Amino acid sequence: MSMETYLNFSQDNLWGELWPELSLCLGALLVLGFDLFSKSSNAKKRAGSLAIFFQFILLAAHLFDYLLLRHTFDRESFSGMLKHGIHQDVMRSFFLLSSLLVSLLGHRYLETRKLRVGEFHHLTMIATAGLMLLCQTQHFLVFFVALETVALCFYPLVAFDRESPKSLEAGIKYLIFGALSSALLLFGIVLLYGVGSNPEAWGTTLSTVPSSDAFSFSFLYQLLSENPNHLLLRAGVVLIISGIAFKVGAAPFQIWVPDVYHGAPMPITAFLAVSSKSAGFFVLINLVNGPFAGMSEFLLPLLGFVATFTIFFGNLAACSQRNLKRMLGLSGVAHAGYLLVAVMASMLLPGESDRAVWILFFYLFTYLLASFAVFGVMGLARVTDDSEHEFSDYENLAQKKPWAAFVLVVGIGSLAGIPPFAGFIGKLLLFSVAFETKLFLSIVAMVIGVVISIYYYFGWIREICFHPRPVFEDDEAKHDPWKDVGSVGMLKPALFSLVLASIVLGLWQGPIGDAF
Amino acid sequence: MTSDALLLLGSILVPAIGSVLFFSGFAKDEGSLKKLGYLVFGFPCLAAVILFFRFDGSAGYNFEVLYDRMGLQELGITFHLGLNGVSSPLFAMAGIVGLGAGLAALHSGAERMHLYLALLALMQAGLMGLFASVDIFFYYLFHEFALIPTFIMIGLWGGRDRRSIALEITIYLTLGALISLGGLVALNILVDAPKFDFPSISAALDQSSLTDSAAFKIYGLLLLGFGILVALFPFHTWAARGYDTAPTSVSMLHAGVLKKFGLYGIIQIASPLLPEAALAWSPWLMWLALGNILLVGMVAVAQTNFKSMISYGSVMHMGYCFLGIGVCSVLGVGSTVMLMCAHGLSVSLMFLLANFVRKRSNTLEMQEIGGLGEKTPLLACFCIAATLATIGLPGFGNFWGEFGIFLSLGESHEHLIFLVLAALGIILSAVFGLRAIAQIFFGQESEELRKHAKESPIADLSRAEIIPASLILVALLFIGLWPASISDRINDEISNRYSHLQLKNTLSKPSCCPVDEDVKSIETPYSTSD
Repeated sequence: MSMETYLNFSQDNLWGELWPELSLCLGALLVLGFDLFSKSSNAKKRAGSLAIFFQFILLAAHLFDYLLLRHTFDRESFSGMLKHGIHQDVMRSFFLLSSLLVSLLGHRYLETRKLRVGEFHHLTMIATAGLMLLCQTQHFLVFFVALETVALCFYPLVAFDRESPKSLEAGIKYLIFGALSSALLLFGIVLLYGVGSNPEAWGTTLSTVPSSDAFSFSFLYQLLSENPNHLLLRAGVVLIISGIAFKVGAAPFQIWVPDVYHGAPMPITAFLAVSSKSAGFFVLINLVNGPFAGMSEFLLPLLGFVATFTIFFGNLAACSQRNLKRMLGLSGVAHAGYLLVAVMASMLLPGESDRAVWILFFYLFTYLLASFAVFGVMGLARVTDDSEHEFSDYENLAQKKPWAAFVLVVGIGSLAGIPPFAGFIGKLLLFSVAFETKLFLSIVAMVIGVVISIYYYFGWIREICFHPRPVFEDDEAKHDPWKDVGSVGMLKPALFSLVLASIVLGLWQGPIGDAF
Repeated sequence: MTSDALLLLGSILVPAIGSVLFFSGFAKDEGSLKKLGYLVFGFPCLAAVILFFRFDGSAGYNFEVLYDRMGLQELGITFHLGLNGVSSPLFAMAGIVGLGAGLAALHSGAERMHLYLALLALMQAGLMGLFASVDIFFYYLFHEFALIPTFIMIGLWGGRDRRSIALEITIYLTLGALISLGGLVALNILVDAPKFDFPSISAALDQSSLTDSAAFKIYGLLLLGFGILVALFPFHTWAARGYDTAPTSVSMLHAGVLKKFGLYGIIQIASPLLPEAALAWSPWLMWLALGNILLVGMVAVAQTNFKSMISYGSVMHMGYCFLGIGVCSVLGVGSTVMLMCAHGLSVSLMFLLANFVRKRSNTLEMQEIGGLGEKTPLLACFCIAATLATIGLPGFGNFWGEFGIFLSLGESHEHLIFLVLAALGIILSAVFGLRAIAQIFFGQESEELRKHAKESPIADLSRAEIIPASLILVALLFIGLWPASISDRINDEISNRYSHLQLKNTLSKPSCCPVDEDVKSIETPYSTSD
C-alpha cells in the first residue's frame, strides 16, 4: 500500500460526522463515572438526572445541527463504510428521542424499585449509540459490530432486575435467541463474502471488478444484481433477513417476543419495542433497496408471506393474552407485520422508494409516541410484580386516575389506529402506498389484522373506562396498584406531550405531510 | 368567508368546543350546565335550519369553506366544507335530531352528566361535519368522531349486556369502516385526482381510464363497507342489539343520523362516480335489500319489547333506501335521500318516545303495559303520529320517500318483482307498528302497570319532554306537507350528478333483448378510430 492510500484514508475518516455517537458515548462514560465516584445514594440518583439532561441537550443539538445548519445531502465517510444523509439523521434523532424517553421512564422506575442507576443509563446510551451507528453502515463488518454492541447492551438491560426471576429468565432467553440470530446473520454475511471474494470459483459473473471489498454494500449490490439466481447468494440473503427478522420480531422468528417483553423491566420493554424494532426496519428497508435490490423478485413473495404470517400470528396470539406486557409484545409483532408491508412497497416503487421510507418513518414515529405513552402509564402502576400486569389491574382507572387513563386511552387508540390519532394516519399512508404498489393480499391481511386488534385493544379500554363488576362483601381485598402512585414529576408533562403530539399529528400533519 | 360559511363552520366548531368545555367541567352547577347545553346543541340546529333556507337551489356546493394547508398533501386532502342539494336536507336533519337528542340528554339525569354531554356534543360535531364535508377524507374522519363516542356511551350508560355489546359493535363497525376506507383509498389512488374531494374525483374520473373490473371491485368494497355500517342484510345483526342497549340520545343520533353515513357515501361517491359498477351490482344489492325488508321485518313483528321493535323496524326501513339506490335512477335515488331525512326524524322520535313510555311504565315489554293512553293522552298522540309516519302514511315525510321509491321500481319491468315484495313490507311495518300502539296505549290496563302506578303516579308529558318531541314531529310534518322544499334541490343535484348513470341505464335496458351487443356495435367505430 502506498502512502497515498493512507492519505486517502485519513482524509476520508471524517470523525466529525460521528459527533452525536461520540458525544453520547462520552456522556455514557460521564454518567458511569459520576455514579462510581459519588458517595451517597442520593448523589447516585443524580446520575439519572444527568443522563436525561445530557440526552436532551444532545437531541436538541442534533436536530439543530441537521435541520438548520447543514445541508442534508448524502455523503460517505470511512472509505464508504458509513453513509450520512437525511434518512440517517432522522433515524439518529429518533433513537436519541427514544433513549431520552427510556431514561425518563427508567429514572422513576429505578427509584421505586431501588435498582442501580448508573449502569442502566450507561447501557441505554451505549445501545443507542450503537443503533445510531447501525443505521449509517454501508459495510457488513461495521454492521455486525454495531449490531453486536446493541445486543450486548440489551442482554444485561433485559435482566436488569436481578431480584426478579422473570427478568433473569427473560435475559437468558434473549441471550440465547439473540446469539442464534447473530449466528444466522453472520453465516449469511460470510456466505455473501465467500462468494463475492472469489466470484469465478462459485460460478458467478461480474462484468467489472469493483474497487471495494466483498463486505461493502455497493459491491454486493453489483454481485447480487448480476447473479440473482445463484443458490449460495440466495441462501446468504435469506439468512441475513432471518437475522433481522429476529430483531424486529417477525414471524417465524417471533417466538422470543412475548417472553422477553414479559420479563424485562418496563422501560426496557419500551426500548425493545421501539428502538430495537425501528433499527431493524430501517436496516431492512435499506438492505432490500440497496445491496439486495437485484433479488427483489425472489424476496418479494418471501416477505409477503412473512408479513401476512406475522400480522395474523401477532394479532391472533394477542387476543388470548391476559397479561398486558405479553399482549403488547404480540401486538408489536403485528405492527412489525404492517411495517413489512411498507418495506415491500418500497421495493415496488421504482426510483422513489424514498416515499415508502418516509411512510415507514411516520409510522415508526407514531408508534414511538403511542408506545411510550402506554408503557409510561403502565410503569406508574405499583403492581406487586412488574411482570404481571393483568387487565384487572386497570379496572376503573378512569375514575381513579383520570389523567393516566386519558394518556393510556390515547396511546391505545393510536396503536389501534383509530382516528383522530396519529396511528390512523400512519395506517392510512400504509394502505395507500400498499394499494399503489398493488399489494392487495397484504391490504386484506392488514384490514383483518386491524379488526382483530380492535378486540384486544378495546378490551383494555373497556377495563379502563367502563364500570367494573360490582364488588361483593366477601371478595378478597385486592391490592390496588393505583393507590399510592405518588408524585410523577417530569413524567407527567412528558407523557402529556406525547399524547398531544399523537392527537395533533392525527389531525394536522403540516410540514411533515409534505415530506411524502 | 361569507357569514353563511361561518355559520357552517360554527355548526361544527360550537359542539366541538362545547365538548371540551363539558369535559373540563367548565359548567359547575345544574343551571349553567343546561344553559351551555342549550347553546351547544341549539346553535347547530339553528345554523342548519338557516342554511337550509338560504340554500340557493342550484347544483353544486354552497357556503364553501376551504383550507388548503390542512391535511396530507400527498393524498390531496384538504379541509373543505360545503353543502349541496343532497347534503343540505340531511345537514338540517342532523341539526334537528341533534337538538332533540341533546335536550333529551339534558333531562335524562344520567350519572356523570359532564362526560355524557361531552361525548354527545363530540358526536354532534362529528355528525354535522360528516354532512358538511366536501373532502372525502374528512367525511370519513368526522364519521369516526361520531362513532367513537357511541362505543364509549354504550359501554358506560348502556342497558343490559352493555360491555359485550359495546365491544361487538366496535369490532363490527370498525370492520365496515376499514373496508369502506379501503375502497375510498383505492378510488383516490386509481383515479389520481389532484384533490380528494367529491368534485375533483368526479372530474378526474371523466378523463381517467378506470377499467370496468377495477370499478366493479371498488364499488363492491364500498358497498360492503358502507353496507355493514348501514346494517344491510346479512350484516345487520349488530344494529338492533346496539340500539336496544344504547341510551336514548345515542340511539337517536346513531339510528337517525350516523347510520345515514353509508347511504350518503353510496349516493354521493360510489354510484355517481362508478355508474357501470353501480348497475352491475344493483341486482345483488336489491335482493339483499329485500332481505332487510322481509326477513328483518318479520323479526320486528316477533319482538315483544317496544325498543327492540323500533330497532328492528329501523333496520328494516334501511332496505327501502337500498332498493332506491339499487334502481339507479334519479327518481329512485332522490326518493332515497328524501326517505333518509324522514326516517332519521321518525326513528329518532320513536326512540325518544319509547324512553318516555319506559319512564312511565318502568318497562318496555309491551305485554306488561296496556291502557297507558287513558293516563297519557298526549304521549299517545305523539306515539301514534310517529308510528304512522314510520309506516309511511301520507302527511309525513316517509310517505314521499317510500312512494317515490315504489314509483321508481315500477318504471322498469325488471324491478316489478321487487315492487311487489317490497310492498308486502309496508304491511309488515303496519302490523308491528299498530300492534305496538294497540298494546301499549289501548286495551286493558295490565296488572304490573297498575301496581307501578300505585307507587309512582303516571303523569302526561312535561314541557321538557314535549319540546324535543314536537320539534322533530314538526320537521317531519314540514317535509310531509311541503316535500318540494327538499325534493327540488335533491332533484337538481341528483339529475346533475346522475346524468351519466341515467344515460347508461336507458341505453342498456330498453327492453329484454340483448342490448349489450348493440351498445358495443355503436361504440366500436369510435374505439377503433382512435
